[in-house]
Amino acid sequence: MPIDRKDFLRTGSLATASLMIPRFLKAFEGPGALPPGNRIVVVLQLSGGNDGLNTVIPIRNDIYYRERRQLAIRRTDALALTQEAGLHPALTAFRDLHDEGHLAVYNGVGYPNPDRSHFRSMDVWQSASDADTVLQSGWLGRYLDARCAGGQRPTRALEIDDTLSMALRGERIKGLAIADPRRLNASANDPWLRNRIAHTTADSDAPVDYLYQTLAQTLSCTEYIQRHSRQRPTNAPYPDTELARNLKTIASLIHSDIDTQVYYLSLGSFDTHANQDDRQRRLFEELNGAVKAFTDDLKANGRFQDLLLFTFSEFGRRVRQNGSNGTDHGKANNMFLVSGALRRQGLLNPMPDLTHLDDGDIPLALDFRQVYATVLERWLDTPADPILGRPFAPLDFI
Amino acid sequence: MPLPLQTRNRHLLWRAGFGPAAGMAQALADSPTHHTLKALEADSRRPFLPLTIPTGTAQPDDPSGTTSPQDRQRRNRERIRQLNIAWIDRMVSGEQMLREKMALFWHGHFAARHNNPDFVEGLLNAIREHALGDFGTLLRKVCQSPAMLAFLNNQQNRKQRPNENFARELMELFTLGRGHYTEADVRDAARAFTGWQFDAQGSFRFRAEAHDDGPKTVLGVTGRLTGDDVIGILLDRRETADAITRKIWRHFVDEQVDEAAVQRLSRRFFASRYDIAGLMHDIFASEAFHEPRHIGRQIKSPVELIVGIRRMLPMRIAQPEVQILLQRILGQVLFYPPNVAGWPGGRHWIDGASLMYRLQIPQMVAQRDWPAPRAKDDDDQDMGTSRRPGRGSRITLDTRIDWEPVYQSLTDVKRERLPEAVAALLWQTTTPPDVSGLDARPDTSSREALIRSALIRLMGSPEYQLC
Repeated sequence: MPIDRKDFLRTGSLATASLMIPRFLKAFEGPGALPPGNRIVVVLQLSGGNDGLNTVIPIRNDIYYRERRQLAIRRTDALALTQEAGLHPALTAFRDLHDEGHLAVYNGVGYPNPDRSHFRSMDVWQSASDADTVLQSGWLGRYLDARCAGGQRPTRALEIDDTLSMALRGERIKGLAIADPRRLNASANDPWLRNRIAHTTADSDAPVDYLYQTLAQTLSCTEYIQRHSRQRPTNAPYPDTELARNLKTIASLIHSDIDTQVYYLSLGSFDTHANQDDRQRRLFEELNGAVKAFTDDLKANGRFQDLLLFTFSEFGRRVRQNGSNGTDHGKANNMFLVSGALRRQGLLNPMPDLTHLDDGDIPLALDFRQVYATVLERWLDTPADPILGRPFAPLDFI
Repeated sequence: MPLPLQTRNRHLLWRAGFGPAAGMAQALADSPTHHTLKALEADSRRPFLPLTIPTGTAQPDDPSGTTSPQDRQRRNRERIRQLNIAWIDRMVSGEQMLREKMALFWHGHFAARHNNPDFVEGLLNAIREHALGDFGTLLRKVCQSPAMLAFLNNQQNRKQRPNENFARELMELFTLGRGHYTEADVRDAARAFTGWQFDAQGSFRFRAEAHDDGPKTVLGVTGRLTGDDVIGILLDRRETADAITRKIWRHFVDEQVDEAAVQRLSRRFFASRYDIAGLMHDIFASEAFHEPRHIGRQIKSPVELIVGIRRMLPMRIAQPEVQILLQRILGQVLFYPPNVAGWPGGRHWIDGASLMYRLQIPQMVAQRDWPAPRAKDDDDQDMGTSRRPGRGSRITLDTRIDWEPVYQSLTDVKRERLPEAVAALLWQTTTPPDVSGLDARPDTSSREALIRSALIRLMGSPEYQLC
């Protein structure tokens, strides 16, 4: 379709963008949106290795208090969940969720032969590989591959960020990274380039056509997301932090009828080698305020039972604190699962056994891929084995 | 009809180097391709010059010994960044371009991360020195570098307590490839490498007391094998030559492997006892390499993209570190490969966001400032100390571009044909580029302005991502 250049310049790029989208992508904007009631996963990555032992605190464990002379959180300060476990004092919203039956916690989650390198361990968590295997695709990317066999729908999985994590990179389909759907995407404003994009062909596998297809699809998806983020913008109050803004964006999208099922975002850095208290508290305050606003928003809009939010970190930290009031890289760690539809609540397995450490670290109690398998099979209705490479027994928290 | 010399020469320069410089246009139109290849090869045969981390900006240790571990880590990261920029500058310079291009390939093949800048520098120079030498020597140098020994945990590989990481990656990634060895081979090879360590000065040391000198069997060879013996056994296998040749084909010729061609090349590579320069000559001098189906089909890596832009547009950059931010956003930071398998390359470079940023780079270079995208935290690089710029902040890329070489290469071109001529400078296409509609812009006030505007737009296109 020929575009009048003056018209284009007058109305601005995005107003006319839909005219410029190649026909093969038009179909994508029609049916396929999710009706309300569909389930949503929010993956919240705590980057840098969050210290799980000061997150879910063994408030009656002498070993904990002995190994962390300066860093231990006092029993009286912790937010008690049970007789033996309390939450970090900044996590009041998680305590409330727990008391309502909307929080589940797994302890000692990790994988066999853990690696203490940030990037290798993050790779393992994002790709869901074994410790000694390198995969080039992520588990949620392979979920996209499995679910989007018919047409490419990268909006099914969104990362709220400038760059795309490996977790959302499939063999064929990649999720979409978008930092702020309301921000205009200035990259492809050139009418000449726009015109070339509009003439992209869908049926060629030539590299240049692949790039134009990716570009056309990205613009189309961006526009689709922008439209939905404005459809029913949330007016619930959120704190003025980056995580809260990102969750607010996600809430607005959830309230619309967008087809997104997976949202991915990260908070960090939790790499607290020195002066851990201050940094972890600040990050937890951001986490707590944002998650509280988000869950309140979804509850008020009747969508909380459709939400499953979970947290993970690439590893936990050592049981014994180091000499700089910090902790060094460790192994297994805990995970939070937040949902209005939990079948089991609270602490779902025992607190870590600090008398039987794995070389100074919390021993492995649960393979994280069992959690992934549960999310895939019981929440996203997708067979997990092909995505995870082999069977992992699903759990019963949902 | 044979392709124009220009196209063939540019193809060669992109694949065997980092693309043409603007000032080369005339030479590229006139020289036979085998002359261009000869010049590249002769240049890279000149004596090897190590790259060293520039001294000066990073503070040395406090002599009183009070430098904190955090300060030392910060300084180490700073020195690795300096090495990154020094290597990029070397690539841009065009000196020994074939050597640097091969070194970049080996940097991905022998992927290792380390936070000690001296180790990083040592491995880089081993790779650069032997990039075009014989693969056996290159492999031995890499296997004895502290960066690799540490990265693959060989310091922990001891008699009685073997650690198999090093032996496994040596077989799976560096030589044979999966399926050509057994777990028993890995186990015994790991025992052979016990005692391969390095000392506090970063020198390779064989520690006999940690070495297991019992009998072992690796790939059918039995004896009191040492690490050297195992490397010899691996080099004696044709599968090693096949795996390396296939990877080089994918990297330098086409993602689609022509298995018959690979077998022919591999046979000669193996017979030459792994002469890398010979293998590369066989590839670049072949007619198959210049077939249209291989031209403009490869997605440039982020480093190739950045270096290629700087070669076409000579520029001074006030804050060279911005190039590292670009590497992070586009997904390839030198010395920080994503994992032991290196960068997967090809279509893995591309997702919606990274493609958008690629298209923005030329505008950013020309306009000097741009909305700051934010790279993901990398705790190996940042140690939890990263400060990401806030939303809406802008990064200033203060560049001074020298446009003269571009203007000069286009002096004989009629004004109305300028967009096509600029496209021919930038795009690797086998048919004349169609750039109709490009000059319908208001800023055609001068010939120079038209050239600049066309060049920035044509660089910010999907076509320019390919070579």
